[in-house]
Parts: sequence; structure tokens; C-alpha cells
Amino acid sequence: MLSPNAVMYEEEVRKIQEVADKLAVDSRARTILVVDKNGQLIAAAGNAHELDTTSLSSLVAGNVAATGGIAKLIEEEEFTGQFHEGKGISVHLSIVARRIILVVLFDKNTTHGLVRLRVRKAVEELEKIFAEMAQRPQQPQVNVFAEITDADIDNLFND
Amino acid sequence: MSFINYSSREINCKLVYYGPGLCGKTTNLQYIYNKTRPDAKGKMISLATETERTLFFDFLPLSLGEIRGFRTRFHLYTVPGQVFYDASRKLILKGVDGVCFVADSQMERMEANIESLENLRVNLQEQGYDLDKLPYVIQYNKRDLPNVVPVEELSEVLNPTKVPEFEAVATTGKGVFDTLKALAKQVLTELRKGG
Ligand SMILES: Nc1nc2c(ncn2[C@@H]2O[C@H](COP(=O)(O)OP(=O)(O)O)[C@@H](O)[C@H]2O)c(=O)[nH]1
Ligand SMILES: [Mg+2]
Repeated sequence: MLSPNAVMYEEEVRKIQEVADKLAVDSRARTILVVDKNGQLIAAAGNAHELDTTSLSSLVAGNVAATGGIAKLIEEEEFTGQFHEGKGISVHLSIVARRIILVVLFDKNTTHGLVRLRVRKAVEELEKIFAEMAQRPQQPQVNVFAEITDADIDNLFND
Repeated sequence: MSFINYSSREINCKLVYYGPGLCGKTTNLQYIYNKTRPDAKGKMISLATETERTLFFDFLPLSLGEIRGFRTRFHLYTVPGQVFYDASRKLILKGVDGVCFVADSQMERMEANIESLENLRVNLQEQGYDLDKLPYVIQYNKRDLPNVVPVEELSEVLNPTKVPEFEAVATTGKGVFDTLKALAKQVLTELRKGG
């Protein structure tokens, strides 16, 4: 069974963010997104603020899930990446540590070759970070939610 | 599997609306979308066929208030109901935190309800989940129609474990938020237990 909750600490997110920022600069891409396979955005770099990253993350995860399903049907190992070429903007997707999707959006300001090269390096770094995360104890030291009251929950819905 | 980000101080939870084709899953999300303040919702995405039948999923991100300094975000998904989309349904259940089963109250859809509920149980099992251990609510939709099965009977057949159940008319919104709140509440209560 999967671990019940995915928890990410500030330090981990900061390291992932650094990789994303560096990749944005080194690859000269427009946007970098680090998305978990369930469609949650973990980090974004480049001009991500101009985009609807929530929708993008969900669709990218849906896309990867669908291709993963295809791979399973034809008894292929999971595809390690995808590339969609557009007129203006192209999309490069890579799977990291089997649970994370690294998304690169780029335009004519760079080349697919350079993007691929820089992505390879970034994937290695991300894999290291996620391997370390897998090593650490699963449960947070303090469950900040242990103290949630019914009133807290009810308040969420009261406009 | 809720996703807790201590950096952005967010909790992300995935809720899935499941049920037979045309029972009103997409309509539930549309109503929620229409009635939610702009700053609390993202874009609603529907991957649908040309005839508006759900092809892969609908997606609606909601951002509720804060709990203990953490912003709570719910990602609502629907599945395509038709039998032949089973592979897609399985994908959407991955990482689910809570399920709403939407039943179509019409007499002639009873068999489709039963079949879909069994399909939900099996598909969850394949992903390593047990429906009886997940946050889970049931909605009896289309209560406005003349040929509906009495709620007691629906409950007996579809809800033997007596999870929270709601009557609804998704087109007018009756019962829609009650259903969502009950499910969200169960998911958050689960967090309290430490997952
Ligand atoms: N009369 C009535 N029609 C409904 C209700 N909820 C949904 N519908 C209609 O049922 C049809 C299918 O709804 P939809 O949400 O697309 O079903 P889905 O396949 O479960 O996503 C649409 O024409 C809706 O307008 C309801 O409570 N009452
Ligand atoms: Mg639908």
C-alpha cells in the first residue's frame, strides 16, 4: 500500500525549487513545472505565474496516467518521457523517480537538444532529492492536524 | 493520499465523484463551480466528447479557507460513467482521498447503479484501497423526477454500511453542497488521525 499521506517539508521544497530555477535558466525554457503524479504542483519556475498552473498540473498528470495505462496494456515499461511539438511552444515531459513529472515548456529561444541535455541533469538531481525523501521517517514529528476540531472544519464552509 | 506541503502551507485533497453514466456527476461539479466565489475556485476543465459526455474526467479545483494556518484545497474529479471507459476510471482513482457515489434515483437506472458501485469497489481494490476504509458518501440524485425509487429502498441496496447519504437534485443544486461538505469533513477528519 502507498504511504497514506505525501508530506513535503520546506527544506525539500526549497531544494526542488532550486533545481527548477536552475533548469529554467540553463535550458532557456519559458516554464518549468514539477508536478506529482496525482496532479499536485510542487514547484514552478520561469514565467509560471502567467499560466493556470493548477489546470496544467491536473492535465499533465491525466496525460501521464493515460500514457502509463497504454504502456501497461502493451506491456511496455512506463514511458520515461513525452514530447509535444507546437508551432510556438513545445512541451517536454519526464518522469522522475516514478512519482514526479518534470514539465518544460519552451519556445524558439532554445532548442529541443539543449532542453533534453539540461533536463537530464535536473532529473538526476531531483532523483537524489526524492531518494533522500524516501529515506526519512514517513510521519511528521508533530501532526499539526491532530488538533483540528469539528468547529475548524465547519468554519471552512461558512462564507 | 492527501498532499501536505509545509513550504506553501497547503493541504491538497482529491475527491472523486463516481457513478453510472448520466447520473449527474458533471452537473454536481458545474453547480459547485457556479456557486463558488471566483477567488475560491480555479477553472473547471471538462474533457468531454462532442456530445458533452465525459470522456476522461472533469476537474474542479476549490480552495477553501485555512485550518491551523494551512490553506485547504480540494481537487474534485468526475469519472466517465459508461462501462467501456473502465481503464480511464481506474486512472482517476489513483491517489483518491474521498469518494462520492452519485446514484441515479430513477427506477430504470437501478441496475446501472448497482453495477457501477461494484465496479467502484473492484477498481479501488486494484489500487490497494478499501471502500469501507475511505472517506465515502452517497448521493441519491434526480429526486425531482416522477419515476424514482424510494430513498429507503435505495439506501438498503446501495448503502448497506450506512455512510452519510443525501437526496439531491443536482440541476437545481439541492443537496449538492451538503454532499460535498460531508465528504470534505470526513477527509479532514482522516488527517486528524495522522493519515
Ligand atoms: N431532472 C434532473 N436531471 C438531472 C439531474 N442531475 C443531472 N441531470 C441531467 O442528467 C443529464 C446527465 O447529467 P451529467 O451531469 O452529464 O451526468 P454524468 O454522466 O454523471 O456526468 C444532464 O442532462 C443533466 O442535466 C437532476 O437532479 N434532475
Ligand atoms: Mg460527466
